[in-house]
Amino acid sequence: MLLLLLCLPALVPLFVVLTAVFTPEVEIWSHLARYVLPVVTTNTLVLVVGVSVGAALLGTSLAWLTSTCEFPGRRIFEWALLLPLAMPGYVLAFIAVGFLDFTGPLQTWLRGAFGSSSWFPSIRSTGGVILVLTFSLYPYVYLLARGAFLTQGRRAQEAARTLGMTPMRALWRVVLPMARPWIVAGTALVAMETLADFGTVAVFNYDTFTTAIYRAWFGMFSVNAAFELAAVLLVFVFIAFALERRSRANLRFATARDLSRQAVRIELRGVRAVVASLCAALVLGLGFVLPVLQLVVWVFARAASDLDARYFEFILHSVLLAGSAAIIITGASLLVAYLERQYGSTPVRALVRISTMGYAVPGTVLAVGILVPIIGLNNVLQHGLSTWLGDAAPSLLLQGTLATVLLAYFARFLAVGFNPIESGLSRITATIDEAAITLGAAGTALLRRVHVPLLRTSLMTAAILVFVDVMKEMPITLIARPFGWDTLAVRVFEMTSEGEWERAALPALAIVLVGLIPAAMLTRRGEHVA
Amino acid sequence: MWLELIDVARTFGTRAAVNGLSFQLERGAIGCLLGPSGCGKTTALRCIAGFESIDAGTIRAQGTVLAQPGRSLPPERRHIGMVFQDLALFPHLTVQENVAFGLTRLSRDERARRVGELLEVVGLSDRRTQYPHQLSGGEQQRVALARALAPKPDIVLLDEPFSSLDIELRERLSVEVRSVLKQLGATALLVTHDQQEAFTVADVVGVMRDGKLEQWATPYDLYHRPATRFVADFIGQGVFLLGDVVSPNAVQTEVGVVHMNGAGEMRPGQRVDLLLRPDDVLHDDASSLTAEVCARAFRGAEFLYTLKLPSGARLLSLVPSHHDHAIGEHIGIRIEPDHVVAFEREE
Amino acid sequence: MPERTLSQRSPYWVLLAFGFLTLLGCGRAPTELVVYSSRNEQLIKPMFDRYTEETGQAIRFVTDDAGPLIERLAAEGQNSPADILLTVDAGQLWQAAERGLLQPVDSETIRTNIPEHLRDPGSRWIGLSVRARTIVYSTERVQPDELSSYEDLADERWRGRLCLRTSKSVYNQSLVAMMIEAHGEEKTEDIVRGWVANLATEPFANDTRLMEAIIAGQCDVGIVNSYYFGRLTRDKPDQPIRLFWAELAGDGVHVNVSGAGIAAAAPRREEAQKFLEWLTQPEAQSMFADANLEYPANPNVAPDPLVASWGTFRASSLNVAKAGELQPLAVRLMDRAGFR
Repeated sequence: MLLLLLCLPALVPLFVVLTAVFTPEVEIWSHLARYVLPVVTTNTLVLVVGVSVGAALLGTSLAWLTSTCEFPGRRIFEWALLLPLAMPGYVLAFIAVGFLDFTGPLQTWLRGAFGSSSWFPSIRSTGGVILVLTFSLYPYVYLLARGAFLTQGRRAQEAARTLGMTPMRALWRVVLPMARPWIVAGTALVAMETLADFGTVAVFNYDTFTTAIYRAWFGMFSVNAAFELAAVLLVFVFIAFALERRSRANLRFATARDLSRQAVRIELRGVRAVVASLCAALVLGLGFVLPVLQLVVWVFARAASDLDARYFEFILHSVLLAGSAAIIITGASLLVAYLERQYGSTPVRALVRISTMGYAVPGTVLAVGILVPIIGLNNVLQHGLSTWLGDAAPSLLLQGTLATVLLAYFARFLAVGFNPIESGLSRITATIDEAAITLGAAGTALLRRVHVPLLRTSLMTAAILVFVDVMKEMPITLIARPFGWDTLAVRVFEMTSEGEWERAALPALAIVLVGLIPAAMLTRRGEHVA
Repeated sequence: MWLELIDVARTFGTRAAVNGLSFQLERGAIGCLLGPSGCGKTTALRCIAGFESIDAGTIRAQGTVLAQPGRSLPPERRHIGMVFQDLALFPHLTVQENVAFGLTRLSRDERARRVGELLEVVGLSDRRTQYPHQLSGGEQQRVALARALAPKPDIVLLDEPFSSLDIELRERLSVEVRSVLKQLGATALLVTHDQQEAFTVADVVGVMRDGKLEQWATPYDLYHRPATRFVADFIGQGVFLLGDVVSPNAVQTEVGVVHMNGAGEMRPGQRVDLLLRPDDVLHDDASSLTAEVCARAFRGAEFLYTLKLPSGARLLSLVPSHHDHAIGEHIGIRIEPDHVVAFEREE
Repeated sequence: MPERTLSQRSPYWVLLAFGFLTLLGCGRAPTELVVYSSRNEQLIKPMFDRYTEETGQAIRFVTDDAGPLIERLAAEGQNSPADILLTVDAGQLWQAAERGLLQPVDSETIRTNIPEHLRDPGSRWIGLSVRARTIVYSTERVQPDELSSYEDLADERWRGRLCLRTSKSVYNQSLVAMMIEAHGEEKTEDIVRGWVANLATEPFANDTRLMEAIIAGQCDVGIVNSYYFGRLTRDKPDQPIRLFWAELAGDGVHVNVSGAGIAAAAPRREEAQKFLEWLTQPEAQSMFADANLEYPANPNVAPDPLVASWGTFRASSLNVAKAGELQPLAVRLMDRAGFR
């Protein structure tokens, strides 16, 4: 069936990872089990829970603030709070460490002014990595929660207040529960990103499942053990998925009828207004403005000389890859969402869920998981061609084509494209379809006249999120890119892998700047977000 | 016949949602399928619309076969308009765009004219540029109706169109909807569980139970001449009084011998239940038959008294409200036998 | 229903699109040399350009971490377009050789130019530049005569004064591997435990941060690659930090190589060998090493003046291939010793 074909690229790497389980590396496993797994499992759990809770709290509270209240600067904060999406997590990490560590400017100044900075909390700690990832990932929750609050929140708030509840109680008892499916969906994305993350935790030397995977692979030379660890990771992800699905069931029941434009915002005055503005400013400052400033400083200090004509090429490649991926993944997600809607049996739904799990798999693992089968396919085809055409056979290099990179992106980012589209589609009730049909609009006319206009927001959101994610993506791009297709993220890798963090500021800044435009566009959609 | 269903059946697994359903609707008539939830009325409607296939029987409109087992005309080719329970207005289109949605075959001018016509009829001309979410429930309902009627469909189907509205609105809108349908000469079929709606809007009503049609008749006939016990129970109010048949036309009951109109097909000796509606039990001070008032409900123009007979059996009586009797009082009553119906007693 | 027509028509579109993109991968066998490199682009491109200038041979390359590159090489097997694998660590070369991904090279030029202990015993790869991983210390708080060997850093008197890079660094893994070769597992584990006990702070993610910490006073001694020290002090030579040439098991400074080998299925074997030989010549050696402030593998080539200013040292004579062979063991040892 078409659905299987579409989901195939996403399923293949998962499959490859799981088959590694059948060739167990006993010796390595007994070592891992004794010395590595206990710490790593605890750490990963702590990290995922910490970041999820942090991002959920931060994202939800900010979303509520900017969608239901009025305070100075609200209009700017509304869209600006999404900007951290454009900043890669590993960039934020090395900026944070560079700035706040013992040797960084802050502590150095403290020592100069007060003699000692030993009381200052160490950034290279569990708290530090949780903080950085929270600031990096809260926009996912912010975006989705905001959509929920805008479309339902204000009316619900008003209704609750007519029943005698104070705004705070109304928030707790009515508004938040109604927005719960969206908040959970955003938090799920955050949790998966955290699970798959390697760049950020590497900067902090924080041992998670991902670092254990890389250790087994590059340190102990056992790609098999690495994939086995990845398989275990997938099991955890699957469990988390099952839990998340329960909450998401409620999404279906949200009606589209409640676009409450006439609802009035809660005016904050005096101290409250100041606190609100300060909080928003603090988050924006720490998560985006200050890091960008640091990047700019570094660029002018060290890296400006690196800026040459090649940078246009890097930017072009980055944008091309991100753009193509956005289009392909959005289109495919749309198809998958429709197929799920039509054939929504349990096995179909399970298939779709599993296909989105690639988001939680560490990038390099996924990349190899896609690459190896494609290389295998390439070899088979090459063999066939050679026996058939002899010396005249062209030499294939499937693994060096754009198709491979895009397929790998597909496997990784399907979740990002699929979730907003599925939400949007679920708001188009079956009766709307039927109404249109009775009025003569069936088949493509139905899509064109009803679905596309109603899905426009979801499609844009999906495309933009995928674009921004691919811009920042590193491990897959590295391994699967065609010859000469260096992107900005690849440049960052080149610099940071040799410890030249300051020189990495230039490509990092470029990534942020290019990603700014789509990230800001996301909020234009804010009023209509699915 | 404008719409004809012959022995239509639709089964889901082992359960027959609709079974042996047959009725006819004339052109310009408004029909209604009435029944409790789960009786199959919505399924029947969807079969007519084309969203469900049928497993037996035939659905015909103006002689053309719409559906037969294994063969089915797709909904978009049936020239059927539909108003849905949740209204299903297109949120991204204005009122006039919604109404114009099905009018793609008309030229721009014709379309504008038709839309204007319909908005006029439903009284929403001044809201034409607004979006559905800006309208009240009742206004949205009217847009849904206008939209369904705009392309001049052969039949309009309405699926519990008033269920999402509050009570005062329902009564008012029922009347309006009927008036709109009649004004435009539309043939319509309504589905509802609310008798009031059915009686207000429809010319002919079919009472359904468990997928079968119990009776297809005018509201008056349903009320006064229920064909089955279920219909008698379901429609209106009333009580059953035990009786014995003494002659083909007469039944002996606690309140005396009741002479009934009609051909008289009862067998003497038969045990029957007599259906007595509140309007069949009249207040008569001169009558020797009395009953005790044990409850009363003020209805404005009338009182609905619940009366207790010596045997303990209850009767309902609708009495003009200037007869104000207190609870515990005994009042004289008389049975008006015009519309009394007898049903064989089920043991 | 709309979905039905979509389902019917879409498979063809999908396959068509995929086929089109795949065709992009077809072509005649190119005449360019293909290099898979884990050594950064900015360090190798100038050299490749120079080679092309001199000989007309064009070179295509792709950069990535060694691990994924090796996986790709392995999966590609006979159809691999790669001619040369270039890495930044002997261990990576060893692993590639072990997996049969490199082929032996019989070249008199290479044997003459590159010393034996910097070459694979099976002739499957060669080192091209040498980097020393040695002790760096704060001139303000430590005297050179206090320092002697890597092993000594485990001594109690360095408690709270030692800074190290993480055990995830392949450079540390190679160091520990060579220590296992010299001392055996048990003793090495004791030493590493000693190091861990002496740490002033969490291990650092890179050598540069480590040195900055020493300068800022967070710790007094550390172990870094010589070229990182070079980069740090190149712009600011007056920093209170200096290199010390430490001993490993009394044998000399621990060194590692950045090197290359010819891929087992190389389509352009002869050209690859020519290129490899060119890389061992003085001009190329200078370019290769100087770009990163390393020592040329060819003993007849002088290092960059800045590098030379650090003084000469005795390099450990153990074959660097051992670093690869013992790496998994080293990693496990570090796990046991708690060296993160």
